[in-house]
Order: sequence, then C-alpha cells, then structure tokens
Amino acid sequence: MSFINYSSREINCKIVYYGPGLCGKTTNLQYVYKKTNPDQKGKLISLATETERTLFFDFLPLALGDIKGFKVRFHLYTVPGQVFYAASRKLILKGVDGVVFVADSQIERMEANIESLDDLRINLAEQGYDLDKLPYTVQYNKRDLPNVAPVDNMNKLLNPRNIPFFEAVAVTGPGVFETLKNVAKQVLVELKKHY
Amino acid sequence: MYEEEFGKIDEELQKLYLQTNAKVVFLVDKNGQLIASAGETHDIDTTSLASLTAGNIAATGGIARLLGEKEFTILFHEGEKDNIHISLIGQRIILVVIFDSRSSLGLVRLRVKKVSEALTKIFTDITAKSDREKSEGKIDESPFAEISDEDIDNLFR
Ligand SMILES: Nc1nc2c(ncn2[C@@H]2O[C@H](COP(=O)(O)OP(=O)(O)O)[C@@H](O)[C@H]2O)c(=O)[nH]1
Ligand SMILES: [Mg+2]
Repeated sequence: MSFINYSSREINCKIVYYGPGLCGKTTNLQYVYKKTNPDQKGKLISLATETERTLFFDFLPLALGDIKGFKVRFHLYTVPGQVFYAASRKLILKGVDGVVFVADSQIERMEANIESLDDLRINLAEQGYDLDKLPYTVQYNKRDLPNVAPVDNMNKLLNPRNIPFFEAVAVTGPGVFETLKNVAKQVLVELKKHY
Repeated sequence: MYEEEFGKIDEELQKLYLQTNAKVVFLVDKNGQLIASAGETHDIDTTSLASLTAGNIAATGGIARLLGEKEFTILFHEGEKDNIHISLIGQRIILVVIFDSRSSLGLVRLRVKKVSEALTKIFTDITAKSDREKSEGKIDESPFAEISDEDIDNLFR
C-alpha cells in the first residue's frame, strides 16, 4: 500500500521485480542505479551471497520528483529467484504497489519462467492480492542472446491478458527504463483512483 | 495520515529521544516505509535503514512462525559503539532506537515500553477515525485525486 506522509509531504510506492533465478532482476536495478542522478537515488543495497546471488533482496530507493508538492519516491525491490528462497519471496511482496515480472527469454528457461509466474500469483494471493488487479508489467530480458524464444510465443505462455510488455537487455540498458516507467505510471494512476 | 495524530507521534518520538539519550529514534511501517523520526538523522541513511529494519522484522517473524511463536516483539543488536533496539508496536509498526554508551539497554527498554503504550493508543485512534470517516462516506481530501497524465509524464523527463 502506498504510504503518504503528509508531514514530510512524501509519497512512497513499493515496486517488486519478480522472476526466476538469473533472469536479470538485480541487473535491472543496477542499471537504473547507474543511470540516475546522485540526488535522485539512495544506496543500492544488495543482500547477496558470496557468489553474488540475491539472498534476501536488493533495494533501491528512487526519488523521481514532485507531484502537487509531494515528493514521489519509488522503492524498488528484487526477490531471490532460487526455489529454496520461497519464504523470503513471500515476505518481500508485503505491501507491494506494483510488480514487474522479468522473464528470461532463453528457450531453455521457459519452464522456469512459467513456474515463477505461478509462484508469483500464489504468493500474492496469500497476501490478499490479485495479480490481475495490481499495476503489473512484463519484461522479456536477455534479448541479445542467440537462443531466445520469439516474443509471440512468450506472450502466449506468460502474458495471456496481453498487458504491457517490454523487450530488454538489462546488462546494456535497452528496455530497462521503459519497463520501470510503465509500472510506475500504473502505480500512480492507481493512487489517483484510491485516494 | 492525519496531521493532528502525526503531531502526537512526533511528540512521543521526541520525548523518547530525549529521555533515553539516544542518537536516533524512528518509526517504520511493516512494509519498510519511514513514518517519523527524531534525533541525529542527517548522517544516517534512514530510507535504507527503514527498509532493512522491516526486512529484519519480516525475517524474524518468519522464523517465529516456523517455531510456532506468534512473533518476536523485540530485537536487539549490539555493536562496538552503537546498539540498535527494535520493537514491534501493536503488531504493525516498528520502533527503532539507536544508541551508544551515553545510554543503556535498561533505560531504552524501560522508555520504549512506556512510549509503546502511548503510540498504540494513537494508532488505534487513527484506525478508529479512518473507519468512522469511511462509514460516514467521507472521502479523504487528497492531492492525488487530481493528478494529471502530464504530472506523471513530468516525473520521467
Ligand atoms: N546476455 C545477457 N545477460 C544478462 C542480461 N541481464 C542479466 N544478464 C546476466 O545474467 C546473470 C544473472 O543476472 P542477475 O541480475 O544476477 O539475475 P537475478 O537472479 O534475476 O537477480 C548475470 O550474469 C547478468 O550479467 C541480458 O539482458 N543479457
Ligand atoms: Mg538477484
């Protein structure tokens, strides 16, 4: 739930990047971090193992600017993708305002994408959320690799409702900000409806 | 949140800060958003601290449930210079006190207990007030009802 602080005149929204292990969630945040002005961003915090795999979450606060005199801040989180971190993934979804599902475009990762998307739906439902009613964007990442599935196929498997989706190469940047902007916009539009 | 209640919350935090001789005192919601703070906040990254504190409480809550406990309501971490005391208030708000040798764990514990009661009452009042207003069909005055597409686009210039 977005949190409006009338005293410090801030609004904070929580966006979670979800997806199978190694699909590029952390890389998305790293790119956003690299490309934003120092005065707009906080520290990028990664709770990772020694081998750089996300252990609990990555966290990046972003202050984008003002709306009607309120400072708008987005808190970006990623979840650990590995199957055995299920408990951590649930915790991070608490209070989420918007979700980005990052899919790995490599053909051999389709199974893992589908599994992760199911897992997202279930974990959201456990917290009382319905993925079909949340601000939600899909990203098809790693489009630079040779063994990627056609976008049409990925849409059929992962995006039957045909919601906004973006092709991306998170390591070099294409699609990263487009994805973020899209979900952030949806969150703000939702805010407008409910407040 | 309501301005009036917010003022009361600030007052309680200020009081706690002074009475415990702490460095910083702050309140975070369970989702990791900073609600209010008092003390020497300028050289602390309160946004990150809020997020990690909430993550800490969430993880400890997960451990508690695995053990059949409802929740661990107090966490304490001791450092070489600074210590951090984290407590859960009314199961939804997290109160954090950071202190050094100018204070003590005993003092922090005692004062946190007192202020917890006051804060619980304030938050209960807020919930009651908002429920009342909802049932009366009164809609919150919000600056966001009038956001335009242009406002949103401007954020991403
Ligand atoms: N070729 C390619 N590699 C990528 C891309 N995005 C991420 N990677 C790589 O995939 C690996 C896993 O990325 P990471 O962000 O840690 O995945 P996470 O588990 O989802 O957080 C890293 O070695 C990244 O450099 C991409 O768009 N193209
Ligand atoms: Mg990661």
